[in-house]
Amino acid sequence: MNAAGNPTAQTQLAINGRDYRLDADTRTTLLDALRTHLGLTGSKKGCDHGQCGACTVLVNGRRVNSCLTLACMHDGDEIVTIEGLGKPGQLSPLQEAFVRHDGFQCGYCTPGQICSATAMIEEIAAGWPSHVTDDGTGKPQLTVEEISERMSGNLCRCAAYPNIVDAILEAAGGKRA
Amino acid sequence: MTLHLKMDEPVDRDRLEDMVQGVIGEPIDRPEGELKVTGRAPYAMEQLPENCHHGVLVRSTISKGRLADLDKTTIEALPGIRLVVTDRRLLRNPAQGMAGEAPVQETDNIHFFGQPVALVVAETFEQARHGAQRIVQQLQADTKVVVNPDDPEAEIETPRKKQASTGDLDKAMREAAFTVDQHYTTPGHVSAAMEPHASLASWDGDSLTLHGSYQMLRFNRAELADALGIDEDKVRILAPYVGGGFGSKLGIAPEAVAAAIASKELGVPVAVAMTRQNVFEMVLRRSETSQRIRLAADKEGRLIGIGHEALVSNLPDESFSEPVTQATPFLYRGENRLIGHRIARIHRTPAGSVRAPGEAVGLTALEIALDELAEVSGIDPVELRLRNIPEEDPSQGIPFSSHTLAEALTTGAERFGWESRDPKPGTVREGEWMIGLGMASAARVNMLIESKARVTLTSEGRAVVETDMTDIGTGTYAVLSQLAAEMLGLPMTEVETRLGDTGLPPASGSGGSFGAASNGTAVFLACEEIRRQICEKLTCEPDDLTLKDGHAIVGNRRVPLAEMLDGAELSAEGHTEPGDAEDKVRQATYGSYFAEVAVNAVTGETRVRRMLGVFAAGRILNAKTARSQCLGGMTFGIGMALTEELLHDKRDGHIVNRDFAEYHLPVNADVPQIDIVLLEERDRWANPLQAKGIGELGICGAAAAVVNAVHNATGVRVRDLPATLDKVIGGL
Repeated sequence: MNAAGNPTAQTQLAINGRDYRLDADTRTTLLDALRTHLGLTGSKKGCDHGQCGACTVLVNGRRVNSCLTLACMHDGDEIVTIEGLGKPGQLSPLQEAFVRHDGFQCGYCTPGQICSATAMIEEIAAGWPSHVTDDGTGKPQLTVEEISERMSGNLCRCAAYPNIVDAILEAAGGKRA
Repeated sequence: MTLHLKMDEPVDRDRLEDMVQGVIGEPIDRPEGELKVTGRAPYAMEQLPENCHHGVLVRSTISKGRLADLDKTTIEALPGIRLVVTDRRLLRNPAQGMAGEAPVQETDNIHFFGQPVALVVAETFEQARHGAQRIVQQLQADTKVVVNPDDPEAEIETPRKKQASTGDLDKAMREAAFTVDQHYTTPGHVSAAMEPHASLASWDGDSLTLHGSYQMLRFNRAELADALGIDEDKVRILAPYVGGGFGSKLGIAPEAVAAAIASKELGVPVAVAMTRQNVFEMVLRRSETSQRIRLAADKEGRLIGIGHEALVSNLPDESFSEPVTQATPFLYRGENRLIGHRIARIHRTPAGSVRAPGEAVGLTALEIALDELAEVSGIDPVELRLRNIPEEDPSQGIPFSSHTLAEALTTGAERFGWESRDPKPGTVREGEWMIGLGMASAARVNMLIESKARVTLTSEGRAVVETDMTDIGTGTYAVLSQLAAEMLGLPMTEVETRLGDTGLPPASGSGGSFGAASNGTAVFLACEEIRRQICEKLTCEPDDLTLKDGHAIVGNRRVPLAEMLDGAELSAEGHTEPGDAEDKVRQATYGSYFAEVAVNAVTGETRVRRMLGVFAAGRILNAKTARSQCLGGMTFGIGMALTEELLHDKRDGHIVNRDFAEYHLPVNADVPQIDIVLLEERDRWANPLQAKGIGELGICGAAAAVVNAVHNATGVRVRDLPATLDKVIGGL
C-alpha cells in the first residue's frame, strides 16, 4: 500500500541496460511507469488502448504496446525504449534513416515507429511470416509490401508512411521490389 | 528596429533569388529531427514537476439537458483524490480557430453527449481516472433533442451572406448539352492528431505557465486569459513541440482551463491529458455534409453553369460552419452560378476546422461530379478540366495571382501514364481484382495572416530566430532556419530557431496553410533589416552586399561576420500583415491527383495501388518537408475516400466509434509509395517570398481521385463517402 491507500507493487526493471526499482500503484501501465515514474518520456501515449502503437517498446527483444501491459507484470524483464536505441549525436542507423527520409513530421508516433521497426527487422530475419508472405514456409524478404504490412500497427496521422518504409528499407538493406 | 510590410501590392523583386547561400528550397533535414527520433523532443506532458497532480475530465452522458448535481462525496474518500472542479469557467468545447476569446463556458447546461462537466484531480493519474469513472452525476435529459441533420424538426439556418447566384442556372441546365444533377454526402471526420490534447498548468503568484499542445499561441493566450478572467500578460503558453494538429488544436480547449483552475486552487502543478475518447467527443469535428451539385455543359464540355449547395451542421450557437463551397466560385468557368449554404442546428459534438475546412469535402464532391460529367459527355476527365479553366476569377471578375492548374493536369497525366486508361468502366481485370484509374483537380485558397518574428545576429555571427510560431510537424523549424540562413549567408548549423513560447514575438500560428508564408515573411523582413544594419556598418548600398558562409562581402572586401560585429549584436523584428492584395487578385494553390485502385470483385475491398500528386504552391521553401506535407494530405484523402467516418447514434447523437479501433485512419499498408511532383512557381502577390501554403492542398480533392478510380474499375459510382465494401459490392 502507498501512503494514499492504494495497493502498490515493487518491480525490478532493466531498462536500456540500467536497473530501476519501481514502487507504484498496481494499476500503473508499463507506459505510465516509463513516462511518469521514471522520466523516460520518449515512449508516447496516443490512445492508451493499444490501437495506435505510439507506446511501442521492446520487452525481452519483442515489440509490445506498453500501454496494454501493467508495469508490475514485468518484474525482472529487460526493456528497451527509444532512449536506449540512440541519442543525439549517436543515432542508430534506423534513427539516422528516419531523419534523412523525413520518416516523421510531428514526431509523436516516431519513437514507437522506430522501436517497432527495430523489432520488425529481426522478425523478418528470423523468418516469421506475415499476412502478405507468399509462402508460409519460405523466408520472408524485406520488401515494401512486407514492411508496410508489418508496420501497420503504428499509426502516423501526418502520414509519413512512404518515408518510413524508405527509411527502413535503407537502414535494413532491403529491396524496392 | 522593425521592418513592416502590408501586402497591398505585388512584390516584383524576387529578393531570395539575389541570395547566394543556396539553402532555401533545398530538401534539408529537419533541424529538430535528432530530438524527435531519439524521443528527446519534449511535448506537452513530458516535463512533469515532482509534485505534479493529475486531472481527468468527466463527460456528460446525455446529449441535452441539465447537470442537476455532481455528487463529490461519492469519490472524496477514495485514496489520493484532492479536488473535483465544477467551476463555471470550465469550457464547454474548444474555441474556434483565431477566436482570441473564450468559447462558451458552462457545464451545468448540457449541449452534446461527451461534453466536459468536471475535472477530478488526484495525486496520481490512476487515482484521478478511478475517481472520474466513479463519480455520480445527476443528469436531467430533455425529452426532445435533435441530433440528426436530416431530422425534419432540425432548425435549418440559411445565412444570407453565404448564398450567391449569378445568371440563371435552371435555364442553363435546360439548355445544356450535358448535365449532372446529383447529391453527394460526406460523413464527419476527426483530425486525430497522434498527441491527445494535454496541458500542464502551474502558477507563480498570479502568473500562469501552461505547457500545452496548441497551434496558434497568440490566440490561445488571449482565449485562456479570457476564460480565466485574468490579464493576457499573466499567461505564458509553451508549445515547442506539438504532436500534430490538423485544426484540432487551433483554439484553447477544456483541458487547459480545467488544469489552470485546479492548479490555482491546489497550489501545485496539475497535468490534464484528454483520453483518446475525450478527444473524439470534446474536440471539434469536421461536419458531415450533404451536397447537391449541378453542372451544365455545352457540347464541347464547356461549363455554362455550376450549382453547389451544401447542408452542414453545428451546435446552435457555434459560429463556424464548414465552408464546403469555398473553391467552387473560382475553380471552373461557367456564367450561370449558384452557391447555397445551410446549417442544421443539432446537438452533436460541435464542428470546427479539420485540415482544409471547405475544400477537403467540397472539392471532393465537385470533382466526383466532374468525373460524372466526363462520363456523360464522353470527354476525357483531364481534357474536360483543361477546357474549363477560367481566364479570371469568374465570380469576382478579378485576375488570378498565378494559375498552374493546366500544368498540374498535363504534367500529372503524362507522369502517371493516364493515356493507358480505358474510359469504359470495368474493363481491366487481374484475377479477382478489378483495376481502375481516376483523377481529380486540387485547389485551395491562399491566405496571409499578420505575423511577427525577431532575428538576432549574435556577436559570434550566429543567427537566432524567435517567434511564438509553432511547428506541428509542418517543418517550421526547418523553413524558418533556412530563410534566415539564406538571407544572412549562414550555414544551417549557425542558425537556431526558437518557437512555441508566447514570450516571443506573436506569429500567425499554424493553420489554414498560412504559417510558413506568413511567419516566413516576418523572418525575411527581420533579416532584411539586419542586412540594412550591416550595410550601415560597412557603409555600402544594400545591392552591393553579399552574405555567404558567415562572411560579408563588399567589392573585394571579405569580412567574417564576427569580426565585423566586433562584440556587438544586431537584432531586428519583421512584421507583416495582409492588405489590399487579397482583394485585387484571386490567390490560390492548385494541383492534380491521379490514382490507380484495385477493387476486389468478391469482397468489394478497394486497395490504392499507385497515387501521384502534382502541386504548385509558389516558391517551395524546403522540398523535403513540402513533399511530406503533400503525402500527409493525400493520405487523409485516402482515408476520406475509403475508411474514415464518424458514426453517431441516431437516438442521442453520441459518437459510436470514438477510438482508433473503430474510426479507421489509413495505416501503412493502406498507403502506396505515393509520388509527389512540386511544380516551380512564383506568386508575387502572395508575399515577398513568393511562396504559398502547401499544408492542406494535398487533401483538397484527393478522395475524389480514388472514388473516380473505383468507378473506372467497377462502374460503381459511390456518392456517399466513404466507399466502403458494402457500397461497392452492392453495385457490382
